[in-house]
Amino acid sequence: MAETADHSSPEEFKKHLGKYYVVFVALLCLTAVTVGVSYLHLNRPLAITVALIIAAVKAGLVAGVFMHLISEKKVIYAVLILTVAFFLLVLLLPSLTVFEGVAA
Amino acid sequence: MSAHPADAAIPHTVEPHPVTGIPNGKFGIWLFLASEVMLFGALFSSYVLIRTQAAHWPPEGGLSSEILNVPLATLNTAVLITSSITMVLAWASCKLGRLDRFRLWMGSTIALSFVFLVIKYFEYTDKFHHEHFPKTNNFYAIYFTLTGLHGLHVIGGIVVNTFLLTAGTWLWKVDREHFTNRVENAGLYWHFVDLVWIFLFPSLYLL
Repeated sequence: MAETADHSSPEEFKKHLGKYYVVFVALLCLTAVTVGVSYLHLNRPLAITVALIIAAVKAGLVAGVFMHLISEKKVIYAVLILTVAFFLLVLLLPSLTVFEGVAA
Repeated sequence: MSAHPADAAIPHTVEPHPVTGIPNGKFGIWLFLASEVMLFGALFSSYVLIRTQAAHWPPEGGLSSEILNVPLATLNTAVLITSSITMVLAWASCKLGRLDRFRLWMGSTIALSFVFLVIKYFEYTDKFHHEHFPKTNNFYAIYFTLTGLHGLHVIGGIVVNTFLLTAGTWLWKVDREHFTNRVENAGLYWHFVDLVWIFLFPSLYLL
């Protein structure tokens, strides 16, 4: 917890360092898994789903632990929720042009 | 307030702002990262659109993993992940009051950033050698645009981190907490650069 670590003694803070190494090893393992899966040549929808799930887990670990998002202030969550909403919008917006193309 | 050398000290560099509950620098870097999500998001969205509308992907046939160098990109992924943990350890060293350790870990982070760029250089020159440029087709246009923009972010991180490792350490002698917060903010940016690569790697090289 970043907040508690701020006020704790160096000895107390050191105990929190272990989780960074765990995440580091997990990220390397997940990288190996995602490369390994790509050699299986799964059908495209399944391959995309698996790759994106692994990437999302990795991203979650980086954001949650390295960037301390697990224990952040509400204002940062608010900014990120807004960002995710607009990101999804920008991702889905082009699909409207595709539907129009089909109709025409 | 923190012991700042200037009379016109910028407020809330260390103490949380009463409205946000965090120091201003941290709030600022998160807003910046939000804009970065939109920058990469717009390009990623374009990639999805162009790719889903293409008759064949890559247009020249074959698989992305056969055209691009997966082993080198995997190595680069490992390099970037390692640089993320050295960045965390650099910040943790500040928290523990160890400037010597900070120098070690921050130096490692910068060294790994250069390793990433050197590997990228070999990838790029190999493509150029085979007459593959951004103008060749949409596949290469997207590959060079996304990895190029990401590479520019790596260079930006090197600039900031090198400043913190060298001239920027004056602040450590004046206000440790303020310096530690700067390292944390640089770290947030650096982890974001890692995060972008986590999505670029599978979507460009593997799928």
